[in-house]
Amino acid sequence: MILRNLMGLVVVLGALSAGGFSVYAWRSEIPEVAPAQPSRFDPELVRRGAGLAAVGNCNSCHTRTGGPSFAGGLRIPTQFGSIYTTNITPDPETGIGLWSEAAFERAMRDGVDRLGRHLYPAFPYDHFTHVTDEDIRALYAYFMTRQPAHATPRANELRFPFDQRILLAGWKLLFFRKGVFQPDERHDRRWNRGAYLVEGLAHCGGCHTPRNTLGAERGNDAYDGGEAEGWTAYALNVDSPSPVPWDKDALFQYLRHGWHEAHGMARGPMAPVVDNLNALEDDDLLAVVTYIAAVVGTPSPERARRGRSVLEQTSGNGATLTSDSAAPSGATNERSEGAAIYVTTCAPCHESSRPLPYGGINLARSTGPNGPTARNLVNVILWGLPPSDGQRSPIMPGFNNAMTDDQVRALVTYVRQRFGHGPTWTNVDQDIRDARAGNFKVGIYPAPGTDPASGVISQREVR
Amino acid sequence: MIKLTVNGHEHELETEPDTPLLYVLRDELALSGAKFGCGLGQCGACTVMLDGKAVFSCLTPLLLAAGKNVTTVEGLGTLEAPGPLQRAFIEEQAAQCGYCIAGMMMRAQALLVKNSSPTDAEIRAAMEPNLCRCGTHMRILRAIKRAAALIKTADAGAAGRARP
Repeated sequence: MILRNLMGLVVVLGALSAGGFSVYAWRSEIPEVAPAQPSRFDPELVRRGAGLAAVGNCNSCHTRTGGPSFAGGLRIPTQFGSIYTTNITPDPETGIGLWSEAAFERAMRDGVDRLGRHLYPAFPYDHFTHVTDEDIRALYAYFMTRQPAHATPRANELRFPFDQRILLAGWKLLFFRKGVFQPDERHDRRWNRGAYLVEGLAHCGGCHTPRNTLGAERGNDAYDGGEAEGWTAYALNVDSPSPVPWDKDALFQYLRHGWHEAHGMARGPMAPVVDNLNALEDDDLLAVVTYIAAVVGTPSPERARRGRSVLEQTSGNGATLTSDSAAPSGATNERSEGAAIYVTTCAPCHESSRPLPYGGINLARSTGPNGPTARNLVNVILWGLPPSDGQRSPIMPGFNNAMTDDQVRALVTYVRQRFGHGPTWTNVDQDIRDARAGNFKVGIYPAPGTDPASGVISQREVR
Repeated sequence: MIKLTVNGHEHELETEPDTPLLYVLRDELALSGAKFGCGLGQCGACTVMLDGKAVFSCLTPLLLAAGKNVTTVEGLGTLEAPGPLQRAFIEEQAAQCGYCIAGMMMRAQALLVKNSSPTDAEIRAAMEPNLCRCGTHMRILRAIKRAAALIKTADAGAAGRARP
């Protein structure tokens, strides 16, 4: 009897809390508005919105390859299944044409769509919640004046229970902190402007901060390195694996032109980010750089010394790295095979006297061989760096068809051993197989153009 | 000594292993079908097949080709008995100046080996790395469709399959 009562109590409490949670999780629908006339918006506001949308890298996810700009449909693979990005053009039926500014603001700030459904955090509202009212207004004006595209993206393919959006209310309770950016009085105006852009729209942590098992950024490990589209996004903080420590000048040059002589080229998903950042005025980019430089911090004397020594050893005509020094003594067969591939295939560009960005970086300066995984090196070897579309840019050919898995492994192992500083990579075979088999989609993007004055290519709209 | 198999024939070469495969084919083996275009893997005129996959021979060092099967346009057929791809390119008159055509045929062959009935979109995607400055791309696309059909019909054998 007592047992039955107890069980009854548990059932009632469970029902009550489930009911309570439903009430907690419930969001109302925001009524439709008539599709806005583009002429309603101040062109100056639209122009500002264009720049902000570029900083937000919105086009990268909300446009599928070859599809109309912002019409969505790009598959975002996650550990919970696939999410397909939404159509954010002002098409009334398939896009956000019937969304009021209040609905747009709620999506950005709370991660809830017009109908009141919780949005998956693949949409980085954990960052966009920091965006100010006036910037949200400009973004709304920009998106409402885009060419409407009638396109319904595929439905998400998420495993149960992750396909139940109501659970996202619990996710938000655990991991989401709503709130517009608040300046930190201890820092100057420029740092705060940078913090606003980096933590808000630019959502750098979306890739460069590791995520927990439920896909939320681990705030305590901010900028400790994460992943994006089959690439390792390197740590930006004190744990940065870059052989030469980053400083403000290098960051500015890299984010403006897509390359730096001590670090190499932006590639993979970082390439379109750099292209988009062309929209930032120098002042704002300097703010971004100031904030990231503070994240990077001051390198230890040991690290700074090692950086200087790498630069010294690799300056000039690559003279210190001739083929004679390439085969390590006591090498195993695989190592000597790797060395032979390196010397015949990589060295002609990577040890040429041609300076960056059109010559290859000396790999002793490159972060690739020093990263936590082999992935980036594998991706670049297989697919290279495709040329920019219609602009001058660096290129690297891919060797996917010319190398067997064994050859790629031998090369990667050799390059890690010769140019890297960390322990031997453990997952190289799997990384090569996965990358080739398409088990995860590796995002391969054109190189950023090296001359920002010639226009922002990735922002060009496809209709 | 490096062993290289080209169109079924084995060669033993004393050439430096970093020599581009293209130079070995043209200068040492007198197979001048593959052309030097840009030398940077951006035009596709030098395309050959390595173990059935299309590669830029201008960027492939001899070392990476060693021990693999290289196929050049000369391996697709002969003047007297052109193979189905060559026949299709002739029938569609796909060449204008012809400089890109050997590379086009080798990339198309690599596609048809993998996928005997490619859609138009698949053909376009596969052929994307190869450029034709005369602008005969539409004829080239038609020729590849025709070759896919020829390979599937007995006709290809009767009239023009290359003798082994």
